[in-house]
Amino acid sequence: MTKLTNLTMTEALKGLSSKAFTATELTKAHIDAMQTEVARGTKSYITETPELALAQASAADARYTKGDARAMDGLPIGMKDLYCTKGVRTTAASKILDNFVPTYESTVSQKLFDAGCVMLGKTNLDEFAMGSTTITSAYGTSINPWSGKDPARANRQLVPGGSSGGSSAAVAARIAMAATATDTGGSIRQPASLTGTVGIKPTYGRCSRWGIVAFASSLDQAGPMTRSVEDAALMLREMSGYDPKDSTSANKAVPDFTAMCGQSIKGMRIGIPREYRIDGIDPEVNALWQKGADMLRDAGAEIIDISLPHTKYALPVYYIIAPAEASSNLARYDGVRFGVRVEGEGLNGMYENTRGAGFGKEVRRRILMGTYVLSAGYYDAYYLKAQRVRRCIRNDFDTAFAKCDAILTPASPSTAFGIGEKMDDPIQMYLEDVFTVTLNLAGLPGICVPVSLAQNGLPFGLQLVGRAFDEETLFKAASALEKAASFTALPPMVAA
Amino acid sequence: MSIDLKTVQRIAHLSRLKIPDTELQQVQGELNKILAWVEQLNEVNVTGIEPLANVNDEALRGRDDVINDGGKAADILANAPAKTADFFTVPKVVE
Repeated sequence: MTKLTNLTMTEALKGLSSKAFTATELTKAHIDAMQTEVARGTKSYITETPELALAQASAADARYTKGDARAMDGLPIGMKDLYCTKGVRTTAASKILDNFVPTYESTVSQKLFDAGCVMLGKTNLDEFAMGSTTITSAYGTSINPWSGKDPARANRQLVPGGSSGGSSAAVAARIAMAATATDTGGSIRQPASLTGTVGIKPTYGRCSRWGIVAFASSLDQAGPMTRSVEDAALMLREMSGYDPKDSTSANKAVPDFTAMCGQSIKGMRIGIPREYRIDGIDPEVNALWQKGADMLRDAGAEIIDISLPHTKYALPVYYIIAPAEASSNLARYDGVRFGVRVEGEGLNGMYENTRGAGFGKEVRRRILMGTYVLSAGYYDAYYLKAQRVRRCIRNDFDTAFAKCDAILTPASPSTAFGIGEKMDDPIQMYLEDVFTVTLNLAGLPGICVPVSLAQNGLPFGLQLVGRAFDEETLFKAASALEKAASFTALPPMVAA
Repeated sequence: MSIDLKTVQRIAHLSRLKIPDTELQQVQGELNKILAWVEQLNEVNVTGIEPLANVNDEALRGRDDVINDGGKAADILANAPAKTADFFTVPKVVE
């Protein structure tokens, strides 16, 4: 039999229903795997919660015995440490929340628990989800389980992407069957691409943001990271739904996304945006992108050339809007109501010391940038201007979707790189999000599916983009792409 | 547009962020690099284009004006760095 930790969630549910194994056995297998020295070396988790996991698994087993199992009953997952979990420390990978234990549960984590999920622990991320590597985490950098595969970086640890890098590393390392993640500029799709996993950022408003530590509220969305498209469909279905506690939550019915997997894509029109062919990018990226387009064509889709003319402005727009919203959201960390306090002279001295010591460099940089672009005299020139260009970017997609049903693009400009690379200046790292950030600005859903190993032996994923609230088309196309690619490679640290 | 050291200090104060003096110049350099990079937005003609603050086109919903939560003082104070009875406490503000 396949090792329990190598099963997809869909496979595991069959085993649980047929009583081939119990939820407790499945959970124990994951706890054992998570607690090995090699697994802990990946720093996928900030906090492990094995006792909670076993208690939840035992409750799941009781439901299986009674015959009233739930949609994801007994499946052990990781929870990005940006989701507030009642009674379990929630850090956002920041020193400023080092001692924060929420007294409430985020809507999405509650939905997953209601569906029967078992929580193995809280996964690592870039501090406040600001980054593409997990290097900005105050709890150490997560390591990509594919490290060692690239001959050019044989002795170098690779990043798992970010910000949801602990989630992607855990799922790729088979020390979680799936994990929650969040995506503000690419934080689900880029780490999925770098670790050979599947990640979907749904339409803005599909998942409630309530109880998820806020970064940039008009861009943040929750989503799952998994090892198959069907698993992503299952988990997203359980995470989605209207929540009165989030004013931007969409009051729309949630379709059964799993029913879309395996459906024909005959006649589906797939757009290829010419502006995503970026000067100076590794030619292999474009070759693998073409390979993905060929796979979809062979599956019956029609490939169409499209144009998204404002693409090159998406990153500069993002690096005005996201810091502006972050500077406002992060004002709450004042050393008064929760988190760490550092005393100082008077109230202002306490604020400045608390925030100066509690936030890392990247977070401080973004707060400063955001404060500047919102400050008197600069608001119109930077912030309003960025919001106007943001509308141009969304209009581009509206025009494109008149001609096509989904769009295919790369998800990251390269395969996984070494820790310390691309660190010379902030903009170099910001370019990691060049293919993903447009969707956050337009509010559209995007899924990353692994399509191939690159010549260096590392996984590479492609992104499919859909119309707002049309994740169904995305799952159809993603499932066809997954089938054609049949990506089965395992990272070196995982035994078959 | 580029910013001088005094501006960095001013926005650090507006942000209530203590930046060590030894780091100010580096921060200034990084912010100026980013500001120079976003200048490319000036190439875009946005005449007549409304700012897009939120992609959600639906109007924000109202709800019945009734109390639907509360009585959670202990929960709210549970993570307070300093408290006295049912209050957060802060350094002395008024002499």
